[in-house]
Amino acid sequence: MEMAERTAMAEAPPASGVYSAERLRLDFPALAQRVGGAPLVYLDNAATTQKPDVVIDAVARAYRDGIANVNRGAHTLAARASAAYESARYRAQRLIGAERAEEVIFTSGCTAAINLAAYAWGDEQVGAGDEIIATALEHHSNLLPWQRLCERRGARLQVIPLSREGEIDLERLSATLSARTRLVAVTHVSNVTGGESPLGEISALCQRVGACLLVDGAQAVARLPVDVRALECDFYAFSGHKAYGPSGVGVLYARRERLRQMAPFLTGGGMVEQVQAERSTYASAPARFEAGTPNLEGAIGLDRALEYLAAIGLDTVRAHDRALTRHARAALERVPGVRLVGAPARPIGVVSFVFGDVHAHDVSTILDQAGVAVRAGHHCASLALQHFGVEATLRASFAVYNTPADVDALVTALGKVREVFG
Amino acid sequence: MSELGKLYPDVLLDHHRAPRHSGRLPSPTHLADGHNPLCGDRVAVTLALGGGRVIDIRCEVKGCAICRAAGSMMAEAVVGRELGEVGALLSRFLSALAQPDAASSAPGDADGAREASAATADPTGASEWGPLAALLEARRFPNRRRCASLSWEILERALASPNGG
Repeated sequence: MEMAERTAMAEAPPASGVYSAERLRLDFPALAQRVGGAPLVYLDNAATTQKPDVVIDAVARAYRDGIANVNRGAHTLAARASAAYESARYRAQRLIGAERAEEVIFTSGCTAAINLAAYAWGDEQVGAGDEIIATALEHHSNLLPWQRLCERRGARLQVIPLSREGEIDLERLSATLSARTRLVAVTHVSNVTGGESPLGEISALCQRVGACLLVDGAQAVARLPVDVRALECDFYAFSGHKAYGPSGVGVLYARRERLRQMAPFLTGGGMVEQVQAERSTYASAPARFEAGTPNLEGAIGLDRALEYLAAIGLDTVRAHDRALTRHARAALERVPGVRLVGAPARPIGVVSFVFGDVHAHDVSTILDQAGVAVRAGHHCASLALQHFGVEATLRASFAVYNTPADVDALVTALGKVREVFG
Repeated sequence: MSELGKLYPDVLLDHHRAPRHSGRLPSPTHLADGHNPLCGDRVAVTLALGGGRVIDIRCEVKGCAICRAAGSMMAEAVVGRELGEVGALLSRFLSALAQPDAASSAPGDADGAREASAATADPTGASEWGPLAALLEARRFPNRRRCASLSWEILERALASPNGG
């Protein structure tokens, strides 16, 4: 396809109600390649998504047009840089429904965002005898920062177990919450089961005891509408690269009341007010938490990526992802030897499975030879895999450009596993 | 031979299905275990060393086909051998496996480039490696190299760490 045609399409997203994954995939040049002699079928979107031309072009243009440091300098390029950076912040603010732009802190990714909350808020607000609650569904990046915080502060980490289906056990959560609970850290959508957490109920439980709620939105922000005010969460973290944007940029949303409780974490340029030899005062949020030269080109790419998502419409994306996930679960369940891992009530975007006694890595390599890219491993969610009693799973995960034909290609390729392993 | 046929040749599948020297020695002189955190593969190597030789070896593997076959083929390759020979083979194998493979990192469609087999591209030649040549094919799958190397790495640690030490 001609570049001009592709760009025109990207700039004119499909009219509402006329969703076409086939058409959207033309916006993603990386999808037009062959792997193992077959067209690439990219089903590892929970790890990272491919990027549309609008994002690729915006990042390249940032360099071509001339780059400058953000919020430093008064020349034209510097002003342009600051405006572009704040435009991205405004875009992210609207995407997640934050009340104020200052509640959106740019980080290097979701992991950095959660760590920022754990250090800047946790070290100030959590002390000996306090409790933090996480769940067995959490990605290591929403477990280990809390483990470390508890070690530093003499607090206790409680991990909520899962039901047989792999859902967060709300009764156990309710029973574990107490006046000592300072924060509950929970994923919005599981990167193993694809289950959407019942955040409304979890949020209500947190409020009953006055605990803060941090939501890991890494798998959610590009799949469904997010409204941090409706969720009544205190923190919401996500990364850009799982939402069609560049790597190295992410967001920590922190509600204003929490921002006031947070001490500076990384210190350096761009986050100070007045510097004295012995004592300094610090800028207010968000600059207070964005020490050092920010990732401007990352923010510019994220701006375009979130614009692209918003133009499709997150309601539309959610419907697409749910339907495709349902189709995939049904199709995979019909494959002899396949066992789905987890049976969440509301799966979206992700399905994990094992294939007989053939190791996930062997299956993944064989699928790759047919052009099908899936993830094999523990998905940085060791507690969830222990719960399901497996060392590794295969994981197919979907994006706006995936079609039922991609799922069918996966099912067909699984047939080749039997050819090798009998 | 197809790409898959190269990664999973019959000799490798045979070792995967019926691993030799599997399990653990009841009273080893040397042992080590370890795992690949990426995929959870686990390997335990127990050795009975004496008279400057590997008198006996058991390799216990929980993992993928390549990892299982690697443990079996490694044990078969070193049992009865002099320690000096074992150390040399181990180093030679790990460095051959670590060699960059131009074909696998070629951009775009690597099908054509991949036609060059790792064994034939290797100046030392397949014949020198015997059955281990099959393991070296993992070189062309960068994310699978560790599956082929893990048992050798654990062997190296076992040789260096006497039981109880």
